[in-house]
Amino acid sequence: MARRVTLTLGFAGATREVAVMIPDDEPVPWQWGEQFSVVGVAAPRLDGPLKATGGARYTYDIQLPGMLYGAILRSPHAHARVRNVDLRAARRLDGVGAAIERGGGTIRFAGQEVAAVAARSLDIANDALALIKVDYEPLPFVTDMEDALKPDAPEVFARGGNATEPKIFNAGNVAQGFEAAAAVHEAVYTTPVQTHVSLETHGAVAQWTGDELTVWCSTQGIFGVRDDLAVRFNLPPEKVRVITDYLGGGFGSKFGAGKEVVMAVELAQAAGAPVKLMLPRAAEHVATGNRPSSWQRVRVGADRTGRLIAIALTQHGSGGIGGGSGSSGPIKTLYRCANVHTEERDVYINAGPSSAMRAPGWPQGSFAFELALDELARKLAIDRLEFRRRNNANPVRAIEYELGARAFDWDAKARAARVRGPLKRGIGVASAGWHSIGASGPQAQAIAYRDGHVEVRIGTQDVGTGTRTILAMVAAEELGLPLERITMKIGDTRDPYSLPSGGSMTAPSATPAVRQAAAHLKDKLVRIAAAMLNADATGLEARDGVIRMRADRSRAVALADVCRHLAGDSIAADGEHVPNYAGFSGEQAGCQFAEVEVDCDTGIVRVREVVAVHDAGVIVNPLTARSQVNGGVIMGVGFALFEDRRIDPRLGLMVNPTMDDYKLPGAMDIPEIRTIFVEVANGVTNTGVLGLGEAVHVASTAAIACAVADAIGAPLRALPMTPDRVLAALGKA
Amino acid sequence: MARKSDHHDSPESGAPDAASADRARAQPLTRRSFIKGAGAAAAVAGLIGVHTPSAVADAAPSATLGAGVAEKLGPGPVTFDLQINGAARRLSVEPRTTLLSALRDHLGLTGAKLVCDRGACGACTVMIDGAAATSCMMLAVDARGRQVTTIEGLGTPTAMHPLQRAFAEQDALQCGFCTPGMVMALAAAMRTNPAPTLDDVKQAVAGNICRCGTYPHVFKAALAAAQAPGAKPPGVV
Repeated sequence: MARRVTLTLGFAGATREVAVMIPDDEPVPWQWGEQFSVVGVAAPRLDGPLKATGGARYTYDIQLPGMLYGAILRSPHAHARVRNVDLRAARRLDGVGAAIERGGGTIRFAGQEVAAVAARSLDIANDALALIKVDYEPLPFVTDMEDALKPDAPEVFARGGNATEPKIFNAGNVAQGFEAAAAVHEAVYTTPVQTHVSLETHGAVAQWTGDELTVWCSTQGIFGVRDDLAVRFNLPPEKVRVITDYLGGGFGSKFGAGKEVVMAVELAQAAGAPVKLMLPRAAEHVATGNRPSSWQRVRVGADRTGRLIAIALTQHGSGGIGGGSGSSGPIKTLYRCANVHTEERDVYINAGPSSAMRAPGWPQGSFAFELALDELARKLAIDRLEFRRRNNANPVRAIEYELGARAFDWDAKARAARVRGPLKRGIGVASAGWHSIGASGPQAQAIAYRDGHVEVRIGTQDVGTGTRTILAMVAAEELGLPLERITMKIGDTRDPYSLPSGGSMTAPSATPAVRQAAAHLKDKLVRIAAAMLNADATGLEARDGVIRMRADRSRAVALADVCRHLAGDSIAADGEHVPNYAGFSGEQAGCQFAEVEVDCDTGIVRVREVVAVHDAGVIVNPLTARSQVNGGVIMGVGFALFEDRRIDPRLGLMVNPTMDDYKLPGAMDIPEIRTIFVEVANGVTNTGVLGLGEAVHVASTAAIACAVADAIGAPLRALPMTPDRVLAALGKA
Repeated sequence: MARKSDHHDSPESGAPDAASADRARAQPLTRRSFIKGAGAAAAVAGLIGVHTPSAVADAAPSATLGAGVAEKLGPGPVTFDLQINGAARRLSVEPRTTLLSALRDHLGLTGAKLVCDRGACGACTVMIDGAAATSCMMLAVDARGRQVTTIEGLGTPTAMHPLQRAFAEQDALQCGFCTPGMVMALAAAMRTNPAPTLDDVKQAVAGNICRCGTYPHVFKAALAAAQAPGAKPPGVV
């Protein structure tokens, strides 16, 4: 059943032999020094030509015969009871196919769904929305987090106050730690609400065929949407098919069947026609999720040698009517400290609900904690990088600090006089971390066809990270085939089950299933080849599209020829993600260095350069991996300098629900980004591949904030670091 | 505009404008909805369009207007031809239909995307007479007599334009939703500046937003395309 194999695991300069039991039908996990031919070689993504020519079909691009266009009426009130919704005039409008109510209940944020219509065109649907008469009973509301904490604040939920009970974590004895500290720093740091701004908004195209439902959905998890809809419409899951061939971004906001998906299905049912319902930009900002705000009081203490001996965090944050604002991840993970106390609360306000957003809690926690570390290092007169070296909790990160410092030229930059007229330069460094060990559940199928190509099917999603391509590379590697002989079929619940794409879980969860399926297919093809070669299958190997005898390499047959001899049209094999091997770490390290230039006359901050050093087990495709690093850093530039969801506290409305008033990084804001990857063989799965999406975003904002503080000689403890705040910190405002 | 929140509270206040006031509060006026709203307001009398001479230089058969002549269209669907990717395509749409909606919803050309709906993100970029334009900010009827080029007209997966090939090779795309707009903005810029510097490239896509943050590879791809052997100045069909 199981067999014992000895693996070489670890990273450069720190490898070890480890014995591990693996199932008989599981390929030997990739280990240190593995000789790859496809994996690790930069490959343009398989769907690049389709995306570059406009041919990739997103949910938003689906067109069906007789399809209607849906639109949602949203509450203008931040808190109200809906007394009555009159849809009659909307239904009478020529071209309207259906109008529905959300159904009872209290409105708790401006922008919450009230009703929806489907019509021949989106223009007509919007005309119909204007004809819906809604009788609201407005209720008192609160949209400012600090206001919501006041004793007389309106209650968002009738639950006795707007704050949740604190979530408390304790290690060691913090009071004793601070008493023993040679230096202590304490300050309050704040971060605003950030919205995901996926370019493809949330939405779906719903089509009923008898009692079967097909939904094209802009989602990060097709099976989750399928299961939600099956429950909601009382259907067996196999009667619901969800398809996400291409996805225009998600960043954590697109899990499960949201209100807009359910309403699309209801409208399609009511109209007897397929319905496309994609949200307009303003609704995307207010109603589909956000990264909660934070107020963080951070207290850090270190001894005379620069070792952290006490950390305390008191935090509250608001995700509107949602929770999940906790930000203590970096404090508990990145550095060694014996005495840690954290206390975290969610505060409800009348605003749209939070949802997961790229490394939930970590960028805001990292911003506060790393800036606090810098302020403490200055008190101790220790170089900020050296301070981190002394407290670093991860041996891979120790290597990464050195690689990054050399590439960034930290020492020289730290010594250099960096003032040029009103332009001041500064540098910063921050640590990254994440844990993306992956999970069991994914299954895959690999099918070889007579024409010699292999199709891999797995019900995962490519959220833009290049999942499609790395899975094909894993299959090509295992089968000994060139990448162009592999085709991928993903994003359909009719394919084998896989997990939602979030938490950097896709690569570690899906690659082992695909590798096992490919290995099983290879076994079958090798057995056919053995018969063709009149040889023993155990003495054969597949490489470069050829199956040959190890003992006599002249006895060989091309894989394509083996496929031509298939008894039928094709031959298929299944694979699954077996439980992760115990005792190995899926922990990731990483660090980022940033240099900024601050114009002290205008207060404008420009990020000049970022060096990002990361590990993610085996890096399957360095090209798409670099793209992910660029994306993580640039999203950090946005959080650091620009992004801020603003709500008018008197009207309860978001005042910047656009893409110009809610400012995102554009081409002129992009620093030079250099990426260094550190390979780690972790033995966690048969591939040892980890995800990258979160780790590469954790440290970016903090590194930039540390660099700004270095440039202007004063910390900016509130995000975003807008010109007015920079000038205020300089005493010029 | 501030409205008293009790404006809609009385059951009698159910006039359509109360409902639209609600909607206006939840979904503030956009520049594009203003353009379209102006069309809707004029719908009873028909939409009045005044064409400049350049706009009608190559007028399609159904557009027979001279300079400065007012034209009544709508409110129902009007039929006219547009020159799309070198071919005449017949449309029958309401005058308030944007060029983007005409391309996507009526002609099946779904490469250009609606993202911000106010000309702020560049995802709907096409070329009009060889220059980059945001098709969400333009009515389809106003494209009569002009040469419209979409991403589909620039190249296909098996016959890619040098920029498209460079985008694929340099991984200048992640989710890919901004990509058609990025490619079209660069293709238009490189018609007049076939050998751009890095700064030129950044200027060319300064109006294109990518939330995946794929800009560095976009810059690389544009510079690579400019230097690709045999790369002619990207044309317009």
